[in-house]
Amino acid sequence: MSGQQLAQLIYLLSAVLFIVGLKRLTRVRTARAGNALAAVAMLLAVVGALVEYQIVSFQWLLVGVVSGGLIGGVAAMRVPMTKMPEMVAIFNGFGGAASAVVAASVLWAEVIEKAGSQSATVAEHLTTAGQNGGASAVTLALSIFIGGVTLSGSFVAYLKLAGRIPGRPLMLPLRHFINAALVIGAVVTSGCLAFDVTATAEMAKLCMILAGASIVLGVLLVIPIGGADMPVVISLLNSYSGVAASATGFVIGNNVLIISGAMVGAAGLILTKIMCVAMNRSLANVIFGGFGSDDSSAGGGGGEYENVTSCGVEEAVMILESATSMIVVPGYGLAVAQAQHAVREMADLMEKNGCNVRYAIHPVAGRMPGHMNVLLAEADIPYEQLVEMEAINPDFPTTDVALVIGANDVVNPAALDDKTSPIYGMPILEVHHAQTVFVVKRGLGAGFAGVKNVLFERDNTMMVYGDAKKVLQGLTTELKDSLGS
Amino acid sequence: MGGLLVGIYVFVLSCFVGFEIITKVPPTLHTPLMSGANAISGITIVGAIYAACQTSDPRISAILGCVAVAMATINVVGGFLVTDRMLAMFGGKKKR
Repeated sequence: MSGQQLAQLIYLLSAVLFIVGLKRLTRVRTARAGNALAAVAMLLAVVGALVEYQIVSFQWLLVGVVSGGLIGGVAAMRVPMTKMPEMVAIFNGFGGAASAVVAASVLWAEVIEKAGSQSATVAEHLTTAGQNGGASAVTLALSIFIGGVTLSGSFVAYLKLAGRIPGRPLMLPLRHFINAALVIGAVVTSGCLAFDVTATAEMAKLCMILAGASIVLGVLLVIPIGGADMPVVISLLNSYSGVAASATGFVIGNNVLIISGAMVGAAGLILTKIMCVAMNRSLANVIFGGFGSDDSSAGGGGGEYENVTSCGVEEAVMILESATSMIVVPGYGLAVAQAQHAVREMADLMEKNGCNVRYAIHPVAGRMPGHMNVLLAEADIPYEQLVEMEAINPDFPTTDVALVIGANDVVNPAALDDKTSPIYGMPILEVHHAQTVFVVKRGLGAGFAGVKNVLFERDNTMMVYGDAKKVLQGLTTELKDSLGS
Repeated sequence: MGGLLVGIYVFVLSCFVGFEIITKVPPTLHTPLMSGANAISGITIVGAIYAACQTSDPRISAILGCVAVAMATINVVGGFLVTDRMLAMFGGKKKR
């Protein structure tokens, strides 16, 4: 058996393990094993590559693997659970960029550095190299383009999530026009690069222009999207990085790249769709809507709050100690304050006092679907106590206390009955039906969608102002005192 | 064009595999799944290896290959580790 054939069989095994691993990642019980399986598949693919490609020198490979492994490993082990969405955004950006850089490297290795005095286009060069000619040249340009968009888009998403730039949408004038011009420009540049120019200096220049245009486009595409929609954006960009990897697979004629890239592309699209359904909005609306910008919230939101009742920790405890059922609604504020352990401590006391405690998880609570589950799991909160939106909504009318911690838009009743509200139609957790609603929040500022929350004005709602962690610790101390434990 | 056609076959069928696998996922697993899928997109490391191992000279292609290997490795190593850290929390709690 030749090295070529052996490599192909290793790739096949790798692709099978990727499929099984991804499948197992979708079940709680098998997820961890699935992730490990996918990692093994990745290792196999690397082995396959080392078998297949004639390794002239390990020098550059070793430098890359060691530096990348150290950076990735240290970052992954040190990042706190609350910063997970930002981390995934960054990793995703690197993945997309890697595909683009591979394509650029192939352009230099197979064409620019080999051309000599020969006068031929990129498409013609890639035919002589035993590849697919025009198709390889086109996918090469595509890989650079999608990779560039993924890189800069992911980076902007990271900056928005990390709060380095404002989360609210930044609407540039003429942005649709500029974006369209960039896309058309990229298509023309790609066409010239693949089929027209024969001078190597021109090829290098066009490659730079293409990369530059895609990076600018990535920024412009994500900047006008509000911070609340970043989960959707990251999921979509994750899909893009898969497609970029797949395109790279076409460039170098490698099936394992095509398979894994296409699967990630499809998986990212499905997840994106699930998230959009949870917010009752179409993907187009997320991408073009500029949701939560000043002009869109003018319709139903804005305005001053009237009739807001607030209370201190002591008064809250008086109600809490006689409650027999409590539903906790966690949101991004909980993540920011790192309050997951504080919640657990307080809930333990409530349970000791005979209160039935559960947690209501909105599909898009936090900055990523499942974000709250991960955080609460970190605090060892039993999985059985986390209840999804559809299952828990009917229980709110018979619940004594709903404790909203750092969540805003996902509990805003305006989504149910105010047709002028920008978030009208979004499914919410119907906490306003509970006997008493406590909202732990720093102040009356609007949520990520920039919409006024009418829940705060309801008669059964009490605001408890302050940092989520401090408030919860205060509640725990007071509860201990009054329960005499 | 044989190789290209096979590639297109593989691409289209893989898309369907991806769609079929992901249709039902409990929301708990959305973040780990996104992170795991993101690590898998680091498969581009195979292409990066191809790009980085062609020469020991400091040519532009080799340096680009080296950068690509580094970025893909960050994506792969970081992605799988982060996913495992998240999932360890679900798993460890179940056994206790």
